[in-house]
Amino acid sequence: MIPAAFDYVRAESAEHAISLIGQHGEDAKFIAGGHSLLPMMKLRMAQPSVLVDIGRLADLSYIRDAGDHIAIGALTRHMDVEKSSILAEHVPLLAHAASHVGDPQVRHRGTIGGSIAHSDSASDLPATTLALGATYIAQGPNGTREIAAADFFQGFFTTSLEPDEMLTEIRVPKMNGAGWSFQKFNRRAQDWAIVGVAAWRRGNDSGVGLVNMGSTPVLATSVASAISSGASVADAAELAAADADPQKDLNASVEYRVHLAKVLVRRALEESSK
Amino acid sequence: MTMTDAATPANTVLGKRRLRKEDPALLTGEAKYTNDLNIPGALHLAVLRSPYAHARILSVDVSAALAMPGVVAAYSGADLVPLWAGPMPCAWPVTADMKNPAHSPLAVAKAAYVGDGVACVLATSDAAARDALEAIDVAYEPLPAVVDLEDALSDRVVIHDELGTNKSYTWDLKCEGAEGQVDRAFAEAAYTVSEHYVHQRLIPMAMEPRAVAAVPQPFGGDITLYSSTQVPHILKVMTAITLGIPEHQLRVVAPTVGGGFGAKLNVYAEELLCTALARKHKVPVRWNEERTENTQATIHGRAQRQHIELAADADGKLTAVRVRLLADMGAYLQLVTPGIPILGAFLYAGVYDLPVAYDFSCTSVFTTLTPTDAYRGAGRPEATYAIERAMDALASKIGIDPLELRKRNFIRKEQFPYLAFSGLTYDSGDHELAADKACELADYTGLRARQQAQNVEGATKRLGIGISSYFEMCGLAPSRVLASLNYSAGGWEAATVRVLPTNKIQVVTGTAPHGQGHETAWSMIVAEKMGVDPDDVDVLHSDTAIAPLGLDTYGSRSLPVGGVAVAMACDKVIDKAKKIAAHQLEANEDDLEFVAGSFSVKGSPDKAMPLAAIAFEAFTAHNLPDGLEPNLEAQVTYDPPNFSWPFGTHICVVEVDTETGDVEVLTYVAVDDCGNQVNPLIVDGQVHGGVVQGLAQALYEEAVFDEDGQPKATNLAEYLVPAASDVPSITLGHTITPSPTNPLGVKGIGEAGTIGAAPAVINAIVDALSGLGVTDMPMPASPQTVWKTIQSAQGAMK
Repeated sequence: MIPAAFDYVRAESAEHAISLIGQHGEDAKFIAGGHSLLPMMKLRMAQPSVLVDIGRLADLSYIRDAGDHIAIGALTRHMDVEKSSILAEHVPLLAHAASHVGDPQVRHRGTIGGSIAHSDSASDLPATTLALGATYIAQGPNGTREIAAADFFQGFFTTSLEPDEMLTEIRVPKMNGAGWSFQKFNRRAQDWAIVGVAAWRRGNDSGVGLVNMGSTPVLATSVASAISSGASVADAAELAAADADPQKDLNASVEYRVHLAKVLVRRALEESSK
Repeated sequence: MTMTDAATPANTVLGKRRLRKEDPALLTGEAKYTNDLNIPGALHLAVLRSPYAHARILSVDVSAALAMPGVVAAYSGADLVPLWAGPMPCAWPVTADMKNPAHSPLAVAKAAYVGDGVACVLATSDAAARDALEAIDVAYEPLPAVVDLEDALSDRVVIHDELGTNKSYTWDLKCEGAEGQVDRAFAEAAYTVSEHYVHQRLIPMAMEPRAVAAVPQPFGGDITLYSSTQVPHILKVMTAITLGIPEHQLRVVAPTVGGGFGAKLNVYAEELLCTALARKHKVPVRWNEERTENTQATIHGRAQRQHIELAADADGKLTAVRVRLLADMGAYLQLVTPGIPILGAFLYAGVYDLPVAYDFSCTSVFTTLTPTDAYRGAGRPEATYAIERAMDALASKIGIDPLELRKRNFIRKEQFPYLAFSGLTYDSGDHELAADKACELADYTGLRARQQAQNVEGATKRLGIGISSYFEMCGLAPSRVLASLNYSAGGWEAATVRVLPTNKIQVVTGTAPHGQGHETAWSMIVAEKMGVDPDDVDVLHSDTAIAPLGLDTYGSRSLPVGGVAVAMACDKVIDKAKKIAAHQLEANEDDLEFVAGSFSVKGSPDKAMPLAAIAFEAFTAHNLPDGLEPNLEAQVTYDPPNFSWPFGTHICVVEVDTETGDVEVLTYVAVDDCGNQVNPLIVDGQVHGGVVQGLAQALYEEAVFDEDGQPKATNLAEYLVPAASDVPSITLGHTITPSPTNPLGVKGIGEAGTIGAAPAVINAIVDALSGLGVTDMPMPASPQTVWKTIQSAQGAMK
C-alpha cells in the first residue's frame, strides 16, 4: 500500500497544468480527486514519475446552464453533480447516476472529469454521459477542441485525449423532459456495477449507455435504433449486448453479463417509457 | 429494531445496558494500535512473498537489495535457519499419526502457497524496506498447484516431499455404544437424506491487519514483543520455545487490537522474525501488514467439504447421523489448524435428541493455499450449517414444514442437563421457547401465508423463509476434555482482584480482549459483587508483565471462564474483608452481611463498616486479625467443569429476483440464549457482528483461487466484506436460560450469531426457489450463482 516514489507539482491554472504535463512527458499524470489513480499507485499497478495536481483549479468546478446544454467543469465533484438543482431540472439522469458513484467519501473527492478521463468502463459517469450524447472539451497547448463522447473512449483506460491535453469541460444536452432510468446492478452499495444501464427516452428517441460491458463504456445503438423503428421494449432489450464485448470477472461470466444487460435494459426502458 | 431482553431484576449493575468504557478512546482515535507505537530507532521488516503457489526455491540473491538506500540487512530463508530453535508451532496434534510438515518462518527449499515468505529486508523505513523487496532476485522452479481437495487426496502432486502424502490425518469420533447402531438405523429408517455441502474459504479480514514490534530492552537481554494478537500469553510461551529464549526474558504486549475473529489466535512468522532479528541486530524491529498481504499471509477459515446423512423414523424423529468431512488445512499446520474441524465434530446433531447412533469422521489434506485455522465459530458454523441444511432437506422429503420437523426433534427443556451421544453433557436449554419467540417476532405464520400468495407460477420476485436452530459448544474449555482431544494446553483462566487503599479496584485478567468489551463487562461483574461504581474498577490485561497468568481470548471463552474467575476472585476478597470487618466490629463473621459495599451486623444496621474503610485497614495493617496477611487481594484460577452451551433460533426472510439472481434480505430475526447477560448492549453488539459475518459467508465472501493457486480476491474491492449499507436491520430477541455450571449462569456469545446465520440465509433462498426445482444453493449465493442454479434446476425440470 506504499506507492513507488514519484515527484509532485501543483498546477496554478489550466495553462500551467498543460505546460507541466508537456514538460514532464508521458510518465506524468494529472491528479484531481485521486480516487482512481491513487489506489492503482498503491497497488503499484500505476507508477507515474510525476503527479501534476490540478485539484486546486477552482475555476474548473462549475455547473452552468448554457442554453441547449449544461456545461460542467471537469473538476466538479460527484457530490456537486448529485446535488445540483440545475442538473436535477435539466439532466436528472446524470445527477442520479452521480449519487451511485462509490461511497460518500469518493463522491466528495472524486471529479466528473477525472472519472471520464480515467475511462474505466466500469465507472458510472462515462457511460451515462455517453448515453446522453455529451461533448467533452479538451484543452491543449494550442487551444481547445470538442470531442463527442462517442469518439472519446478508445479502449481499456484509453481515450482520444493527447498526452498534453486536459479534459476541462463536459457539455450535456438538456433532457427536455425525457423519461429516464439508471440501473446499477452490484453486490455491495459501494462497488462498481457488474452491469449498469443509463437510459433515456422521449417518444421514439432514446439513448442507452452500458456500464462494464466491454473495454470501453458502450453506447447500445442497436437498442436505440430498434426503439426508433417502433420495436417493443422487450424486443429492443434483447439487443442490449449487440454492441458490447463483455469480459468475465469474479462476479460475472460473459453469459451472465449479457443476460443481465438484457434484463436491466428492459427495466430501464420500461421505467423511461412511463 | 426490537429489543426484547429481560434484565435480571435482583441485580443493580449486571444485566443492565451500559455504554462501553473502551469506546471513547476507540472512537476519538486516541487508542494506540501496535503500528501507532512510537519506537525510536526501529528498523522496518518487509517480507518477500512467493508469487507461486508451489515452487522449488533454487536460489535467493539479496545483494542488489542490500545496496538500496536505507537497507540494513536482507536475508533468505536459508540464511535464518540458525535462528530457529524449533519449527513454527502447531499445538494440536489431533491424532498420534498426524502428518505435520516442516514449517519455518521463511521458506527454505520450497514455497507452498502464494504469500509464503521466502526472503526479508530490514530497512530504516517501511517504504525503503518494501522498495528493496523488488530488488531481491529469487529463482523458482514452479511446480503444479494443488487447489482441489479431492485432487489433494489423490496425491497426484505431493506437496511436502518428506511426508510422502498430502493427507494430514483421519480423525473419528468414537461414541461408546454406537457401533452397529448407525447402520441399523439407516437400514430401518422411514426417511433418509444424503447431502453434500461445501464451505468456501473465507478471509477473516480484521479491520486492523496484523502488526508486530519487537523491542530489546537496553540491558539484561529482555525483549518485549508487541503484537496485534488475541493470545499474548500463548504467544509468549510459543515464541520462547521456537526461538529458544528463556521465557522469563520475554514479555508480550497486545496493545489495542482491531479485531481478530480467530485469525489472531496464532503464532505467525512475522512475530518470530521481528523477535529473532531484533535480538540479532540489537535494535527494535517492526512490521506492519498491508491489506493484500493480510489476504495471503494471515490464516483463512472454513474450507471444508461435507457429506451428511440423516436417518429418521416415520414421524420424522432422527434416528442416526453420519458425517464425513474433507477439510483443507492449507499448505502448513498453523497453531490449531488440525483441531478446527474437530471442534465441530460433536455438533452435527445440532439441537436434536439423538440416540447413540452417530458416526463422524474427518480427513484433512494439505493444499498449496494459505493455511487455514480458527475463524469465528471454528468448526461449529460448519457443523450447524450441515445439520440445519440437512434438516430442511429432510422436512422437504417428508413433506412437512421445517419448523414442525425441528419441533419434533428438539431436545426438550426437561431433558437438561442432557447427556448426549458423544458423552458430553449439554448444560441447559429451551429450544422450543427460542424457536417460538423467533417465530413470533418474524410472524412465521403470516409469512407462510404471504409466501403462498406471492410465489405463484411465473413470479419473478419469490419470498423465502429460512430457519436455523443452533447449539454451540463454547467457553473453551475443561482442561481434561482438551487433554482427551490432544490439545496441548489447558482451558482455565486466571483473575486477580485487588482493592487499592482508596477503594479503587484493579482487576487483572488473563483474557485478551480485542473488541469484546472486557474492561466494561469485568467492571460490571466487580461492581455488582463489591458494591462499587463500575468506573472505579480498572481492568488490566494483555500484557504478560502485568497479567502473567492467562490463556487469552477465543472460542467464546472469556466470560464463562475468565469472567467467572473474576467473580470468584471477588468472593475471595469479600471473604477476607469480612474477617477484617468482623475483627474491627467485634462481631462474629457469621453475623455479618455484605450489602451495597458495606458489612453490617445482621439486625444492627448502624454497626457497619464499608469496604472503603476495610481497604484502608488492610493497607495500613495496623489492626488486622492475628495471622491475616495485609492487603486486600485474591487470585483465582478457574477451570470450567463443562463447556457452555448457548443456543437459539434465527429466521431469515429473503426475496429472490429470479431474473437477476439478486437476493434481498427482508427480515432477519435472531433469538439467542446465552444464559444470564452481563451487559445486554454488548450481547446485542456481538449478535449483530456475528450475524453479519454469517450472512457474509452465505451471500458475499469467498477467497477465490484459480487453478494455479493464484488468489483472486486480494483486497477489499475483490473480497466482498459487506458494509453497513449492505446488511439488513436485525431484529433481536433473547431468552435467558442460565447455565447451571458456573456461578454467574453465563454462556459465551461471541460466535453464536455467525453459527446461526449462514444456514438461515441459505435455507431461505432454497425455500424461495423450491417451486423452481432448486434444492440446494452453493455459498456464497452471489447473484450469478443463484441465477445459474435456477437455470440448471429449470433445465433439469424440462
